[in-house]
Order: sequence, then structure tokens, then C-alpha cells
Amino acid sequence: MALCVELGDEISAEVNTRVRALEFLIQSKGVPGVVETVPSFRSLLVYYDPGQTGYDTLCVALGELAAQTGTATLPPARIVELPCCYDPEFGLDLVAAAERLGLTTEELVRLHAGADYVVYFVGFTPGLPYMAGVPERIRLPRLETPRVKVPAGSAGLGGAQYCIYSVESPGGYWLLGRTPVRLYDPEAEQPTLLRAGDRVRMRPIDRLEYDAIAARVAARTYAPVIS
Amino acid sequence: MIRIVDPGPQTTVQDLGRSGHLRSGIPPSGPLDARAFVVANRLVGNPDGAAGLECTLMGPRFTVDTACAIAVTGADAPVTINGAAAEPWTTLALAAGDTVRVAAARTGVRVYVAFSGGLDVPRTLGSRATYLRGRLGGLEGRALKRDDVLRLLPVPTPAPHRTAAREAPILEAEPEIRVVLGPQADRFTAEGIATFLEGPYEMLPQSDRMGARLKGPRIAHAHGHDIISDGIALGSIQVPGDGQPIVLLVDRQSTGGYTKIATVGSFDIGRIGQVKPGQRIRFRAVDVPEAHRLRRTWEASLATAAGGPITTAPAA
Repeated sequence: MALCVELGDEISAEVNTRVRALEFLIQSKGVPGVVETVPSFRSLLVYYDPGQTGYDTLCVALGELAAQTGTATLPPARIVELPCCYDPEFGLDLVAAAERLGLTTEELVRLHAGADYVVYFVGFTPGLPYMAGVPERIRLPRLETPRVKVPAGSAGLGGAQYCIYSVESPGGYWLLGRTPVRLYDPEAEQPTLLRAGDRVRMRPIDRLEYDAIAARVAARTYAPVIS
Repeated sequence: MIRIVDPGPQTTVQDLGRSGHLRSGIPPSGPLDARAFVVANRLVGNPDGAAGLECTLMGPRFTVDTACAIAVTGADAPVTINGAAAEPWTTLALAAGDTVRVAAARTGVRVYVAFSGGLDVPRTLGSRATYLRGRLGGLEGRALKRDDVLRLLPVPTPAPHRTAAREAPILEAEPEIRVVLGPQADRFTAEGIATFLEGPYEMLPQSDRMGARLKGPRIAHAHGHDIISDGIALGSIQVPGDGQPIVLLVDRQSTGGYTKIATVGSFDIGRIGQVKPGQRIRFRAVDVPEAHRLRRTWEASLATAAGGPITTAPAA
């Protein structure tokens, strides 16, 4: 069984930080009966075992922790550097996006790769990060017609949000480039790379380096820089 | 060792699933009809969570090269051993060289086949369950195909002979599924809620382990069908702009951005999993205390089903 704790009704750093703080408080204090938690933009879904806790008891316990989320200190964020090739071959919308924004493609890449992104949560498909931190100057509404197939690793912009597709799936974001790093690898011991709260930076690479890293990823000899 | 002669349309290895990974976008998977799955394991002397097969609409044909016990539960499907009819919901002893066939289900959708010892596939994130869309777990993350070979884990004690025919559920023509309204019931008009509870809704053929897609009277939203994406519980019923409900199941996406009108109680998920395409269901609203009571009744009945859990557990 599950209940959903809503900590606001907006997509913002403040509300999402409280969501992650609530999850952290549940993990560190150990609330009896909680089985699993799923953070998202503004709420935390809490799965519980009704044999171990009652609905009312759990609501009280979560309410008390929710009241502490404004002041809780989260553990330091990991910084994950992801190489990204912005060749138009991968960045299928790079030219159109730059045109729409009145920028050159070089300026768009510089602005996109120059920003720090925060992973608000991971979800929808395995390992897909929903990120904030898109510079105002490069925000665009989502594509009018979503693509039926977006390749895994594609870096996409949609409004104030940034995501990297973790598996091939349909998608409506503007595709600027592609990372050779696998955000989801079902054969790896830890199949997903990113988690809520991570900070992500993109490092522009050329096609030669993309191919070299992709080969190492396939051979399982590549690990992204995480600090 | 088991050799698959004909896999059937979609047969996967499942155990009771993996928990703790929805926060990474990885669903629990596991059997849709957990009760039938657990009973099958108990009938062959396995712990409840041993890995077995979940078959869809039609079961597999397979041969075994060693003596073992099997049990077939779930949807009502004819079972034969070397061409002779065999009973479902009971322990069946197989000899080396036997061929088993599970034919098309007469009623219900998901058939379970348990093997004494349990299927020996690697554990991924703590579970042997197959998650098809994520190509994770089970046998190479996929449905079984012809000539696949599955090994069994060793069995320290022979399987007991048990029957559980009375555990076979009555698969009703138009089941009533109990739901708790919310979390976004306030995003629908009063008429929309009434329409939803009036129904009936027909199961569509594109339904799968991710979600049951239903077709019926259009459910009216009060103000828009999009929300800020949030977590999707087992049994969450999303209603997108077309007003047609989707019940999210064991292979569901972890989060989504459509309004959720209600949640199916965990005790009724197995019943949804047995509704055939073209069959209809109705929803009935219960409150949270009632849902908890129904859950306790379901758990109590499961605790004693087929003689209860096997206590002298084979090595996992």
C-alpha cells in the first residue's frame, strides 16, 4: 500500500529539496513499516506494509518529519560529469533550437554545457533523470510533435527542464546532443547511474572522443567522473 | 533441466519481485496474480518467492530431463502430461523425459507453473523477476523462446503431495474491483467520478504487465488532465485527456503526469490480471479503513492457502 506526501504544488528547487529531505529523514530515522519511497518534483510516494504500521500512525510520523524538511541538512551532492557530443548527427534539434533562440549553435552549446544541473528525481523509465538548472536564455517550449523514437543517451531540453533519455523511447524534448555513457545498463551490477540530488555537468566532446568512449562503455572499461 | 519446446505468446520467469528500485525508475515486476503464484510454489514444496513461470493466455510446452514436481495454477487452462489430461492446482510428479503442455486459457489470462526447487536464473537487484521493457532479470531480461533451457535449484526434500483445487478462484464474467478514490479525485467533476464508478469498462487487448488499458464511458475532468509528474502506486488509475482509465500494474512506470482518479486495492490486483481482453469490469469505492480490512482478510486467507507457507525451505 502507498500514500503520497505532497510538499507543494510547483516545480521549484525549494519544494524538491524538501521532497528529498523527507526521503533522507525517513531513511536516516527509519520509520517503521515504510517499504520504499519514490521522490518526484513536489511529492514523495511512500509504500508501506499495513501489517507493520497503520495509515493514521504513518500519517502522523510523516507529518512530523515533513515539518523538519525546511531545516534538514542533506548529505553533500555527488557531481557527475557526462561527456556529450553536440554534433548535429546526435543533436537533431541543435540547429533549429539555436535558430529559434537567436543564438549560434556554438553559443547554445556553450550555455548548455556551462550550466550545473540538479537531478530532481529519477523516473518514468529506468535511470532517466529529470533535471533543473536550464539557463533562462535557452528555454524552449516542448516540440509540437513528439518523436516516436529518441535514442538512449540523447540530451533533451523542454522548458525549464532538462533530461537525458535513458532508454530508447518516445520524447518531446529538443535534442541537443548525445552522451555515450549509459544511464541505464540492465547488465551492470548497479543498472542506473544517476540518483535524486546529483549535480550533473556536461563536457562537450567531438565525434572521435564520442566513439572512443562508446567503445570503452561497450567493453565495460569506462566510468564517468563522479566527485 | 527444462527445455522449452513452445514458449506460448508471453512466458516470463517471475519471483515475488524486487523492491527499493522504483526511485531509480525500476518497477517491482513479479506475478500479476500473486496469490495463484504463491499457491503454485507451495504445491511443489517451494518457499513462496521461488522463481516460476508466468504465462499469458496460453502456456508453454516443455520437456524435463530429470524427475521433478510441478504445479499449474492461475487462469483455467488445460494441462496435459505426455498427452494425458492432468489436474491444475495440485502437485504433479514428472519423470525424466515427460512433456508438459499448458493450452489456451478458457477463462483468465495468467497461468503459473511452479517447479520443485524453483528456476535457477541469476538474481538481478535481488530478484529473479523479469522486467521486459527494461530487459532486466529473468532469462536475459526477455520472454522465453523456443529451445531455451532452464535449470532448477536443488531440492533437499521431496515435494509434498498437496492439492488446492478449492483455492482456484472463481473468475467472474464481470468482476467488481475495489478502489480507494484519490489522490487526484478532486481533479474530476462529480459526474466524472459517478461515471467511473458506474462503468462498466472493457479490458483492451493492448493491456500488459505495465498497465491495464480500459475502454468505457468517458470520465470528465474538472480542470485539465495534466499534473506535475509524481509517483505511481501499484493499482493507480490514470485518466488521460481521452477520459479512458489505465490501471498501472507490476511493470509500471515509476512516475507520471496524468491525473489519478483512484487506486485499486492490492488485494484486487490479481483479479484484474485475470480479466481477458473484451471482458468488462466495474469499480467500487471503499474508504481507507475498509481497504485495510480487505487487505488483512486477503493476507489471512493467503497465510493458510494450500496448507500455508513451506517452512523447511529448500536452499535458495
